[in-house]
Amino acid sequence: MIMPDAARPETPAPSPVPAPGPSDAERDELRRHGILLTSIHELANWGRSHSVWPLQFGLACCAIEMIAASMARFDIARFGSEVFRPSPRQADLLIVSGTVTKKMAPQVIRLWNQMPEPKYCIAMGACAISGGPFKQGYNVLKGIDRFIPVDVYIPGCPPRPEALLHGLMELQDQIRAGRTAASRPTVKAAQASGDYPVPDFGPEDLEPPANPAIWQPPALVRPDKP
Amino acid sequence: MTTAFTPTPSGAHVRAVHDPFHGDLLEISMGPHHPSTHGVFRMMVTLDGENVVKLKPVFGYLHRNHEKLGENTSYLGSMPYTDRLDYFCSMTNNWAYALAVEKLAGQPVPERAEYLRVILAELTRLLNHTCLAGFLLQDTGASGTPLMYAFREREKILDLFEALSGSRMMCNYQRFGGCRIDATPAWLAAVRGIVDGYGAFLDEYEELITGNEILLARTQNVGVLSPALAVSAGITGPMLRAAGVDYDLRKVDGYGLYPRFDFRVPLGAHGDTYDRYMVRMLEMRESIGILRQALAAIPDGPIMDPKAKIRGFRPKPGEAYGRIEGPKGEIGFYLISDGTPNPYRYRVRPPSLINLTVLEDLCLGHTLADAVIILGSIDIVLGEVDR
Amino acid sequence: METPEQIQARLAARFPAAAVTLVPNPAPAGMAALLVDAAHARQIAFFLREDPELKLDYCSNATGIDWPEKEIVETTRSTLADPAGGPPRTIEQKTKRIQPGYLEVVYHLYSMARKHGPVILRVRTGNRTDQVTLPSLTPVWRSCEFQEREIYDLFGITFEGHPDLRRLLMWDEFTGHPMRKDYVEPDDYEWEPTPHEEVLEKAKRHYAAPEKEGTP
Repeated sequence: MIMPDAARPETPAPSPVPAPGPSDAERDELRRHGILLTSIHELANWGRSHSVWPLQFGLACCAIEMIAASMARFDIARFGSEVFRPSPRQADLLIVSGTVTKKMAPQVIRLWNQMPEPKYCIAMGACAISGGPFKQGYNVLKGIDRFIPVDVYIPGCPPRPEALLHGLMELQDQIRAGRTAASRPTVKAAQASGDYPVPDFGPEDLEPPANPAIWQPPALVRPDKP
Repeated sequence: MTTAFTPTPSGAHVRAVHDPFHGDLLEISMGPHHPSTHGVFRMMVTLDGENVVKLKPVFGYLHRNHEKLGENTSYLGSMPYTDRLDYFCSMTNNWAYALAVEKLAGQPVPERAEYLRVILAELTRLLNHTCLAGFLLQDTGASGTPLMYAFREREKILDLFEALSGSRMMCNYQRFGGCRIDATPAWLAAVRGIVDGYGAFLDEYEELITGNEILLARTQNVGVLSPALAVSAGITGPMLRAAGVDYDLRKVDGYGLYPRFDFRVPLGAHGDTYDRYMVRMLEMRESIGILRQALAAIPDGPIMDPKAKIRGFRPKPGEAYGRIEGPKGEIGFYLISDGTPNPYRYRVRPPSLINLTVLEDLCLGHTLADAVIILGSIDIVLGEVDR
Repeated sequence: METPEQIQARLAARFPAAAVTLVPNPAPAGMAALLVDAAHARQIAFFLREDPELKLDYCSNATGIDWPEKEIVETTRSTLADPAGGPPRTIEQKTKRIQPGYLEVVYHLYSMARKHGPVILRVRTGNRTDQVTLPSLTPVWRSCEFQEREIYDLFGITFEGHPDLRRLLMWDEFTGHPMRKDYVEPDDYEWEPTPHEEVLEKAKRHYAAPEKEGTP
């Protein structure tokens, strides 16, 4: 039935932005009927998220739990990540599993630089996040995120293998949504200049002690007066 | 050599060097990221063809200032850090540290706690040697399967540790003068179940592996350690006994309740990699025997000495060196007290580091692939090597 | 096994020029240590290893200790008779004495052949700055090789006669000796939610307090 113009209710003027794509609920509904709606990006991210190959790289105690996660009981193969690659050239994911000492930090960053894009980083355990229990030490880097961008932080000392699996699933969600650390504007800007800078060994500390392009120390106003 | 040995501070490298005796040599930096170095360990290897003519280990990639932290925290505050020394064997590390502090303060330990310590230490020995066998086979090229078997058993023992202490790996269980939490009868029954089944696992594993021709070819007469060198270099643990030296602190010092148990000390005859593997397999059988005796005899009673002081613990000035037979060798703690809540000097005697003293001697003349197995048979954990 | 006193007597008879003193250990399970002078340390070590009675063929543990300069206040009391006939007065006199600092190396020796021990051997340096050279005992016991390198690295004691004296744990460009008591670590402090004690001190040093309001 065609209504006369006068009887038609007032409608807002059509907006210039294109109509949004189908919502997730609508897509699920379509999928149930056998229709798959996707884009090249989504398809690629979906594929990437299910074949994240970690670098076979253990630093300390957490590495043992990482090995345990790849063994029969926890079976990281269920998530497509059982292919631990010994070479960084073949790996997608750097699991920083343990304490990064200042002597080791340049090597970790060099490995990260050698990994091909797209690459992801999981900081596993308290030490990789912040230095953990060894934070007050003279030879411990207080968090790997001072030098390389981290996607997922897994707390624990060491985290259980289930926690690693959960962290991996979080990473998969981020990959599917296209929200990984490499897509952050600061990281993009830092990376535009080439590789992530590898610090030198200085007489007392690493030089520089952090990569200022991707990490700034937390600001604090009055530490002495709470 | 025309090119002097200079360890480059950073990065892996391969470079040709010339030697008037050997001709053209190749210097390779193996590690700190290498799949077969058991962590962040680095070896500067000089190769003649495929044979090792020089090998210098480089340490410190996991130096976490354990001793400095120990001097800046209280006696009890160091207990969780000892878990992270040798992260396969937190229970024996705890025990060694507790023993040193008990010696320092003259603190007795109740009988039930001593039994629990023996049970946990022997479970740790099973755990460590099982994992070692898995990793050693991984190094020989049997990737995956033996390690899977080893970790299957490891999970069973870790479940026991978790049920008792609340944590899988970092148990933080021992205290000065006893233990933290008492074991329930159900827990002891669970231990009995696992101990009873462990012999069958060892049988299965040995049937698969021990007689395997490839294993024999790869390990026999590889990395022979002479008894004289072993004693001089301070080698301890299964590696020393594989060289034929009868020195087991459980017998020599008789710490804890070990004099009460009947067990034998397996000794090797050749000191090669195969002996180091076999000594550990045999030690596990003895550990099962000790566990059976301990589980049958464990009495009821307190697990903590009632006079033990946990908080505000200040031992009188003095010093003590406590050592036990850990799964990797003699782990010792040397403590100096100046009467304050923190130790004045806190020193860990790391068995893995000192066992590595002879790495170059064992590897000379062998191929690089054998050097990997020799390193695997020394059984190092980097948390303890670098501390 | 012989007591430390017996060993000391035998060493004094064997090496008359060497100064061997006993360092008591007041801890309950304590055992006195033998302090030997640096000049004779290696000879004495060889003797202890080869002596058929002792046969200390196994050096289990070698470690350094830092003893910084210490100010010791001694109080002496003297009683003075009052010339007026009153009660005698007590005068307290405080004297300050500076105990010079030194570095020390401790060796724990056992015998694998005779299954006894330990005998504790101590060697001290002259001071903490320029006289820090000690004879290496690596030629006697190979197990000292890495441990003496570690002491060189972390305490800054130079071992004469060590086959390969390089830093063990820190990188080669590093200059400090972190296990010394007066070592100041690099300022890479990061704020913690609950700073206390030393951490609070570090926080105050790192984040200097803001200037008072009102000042231009």
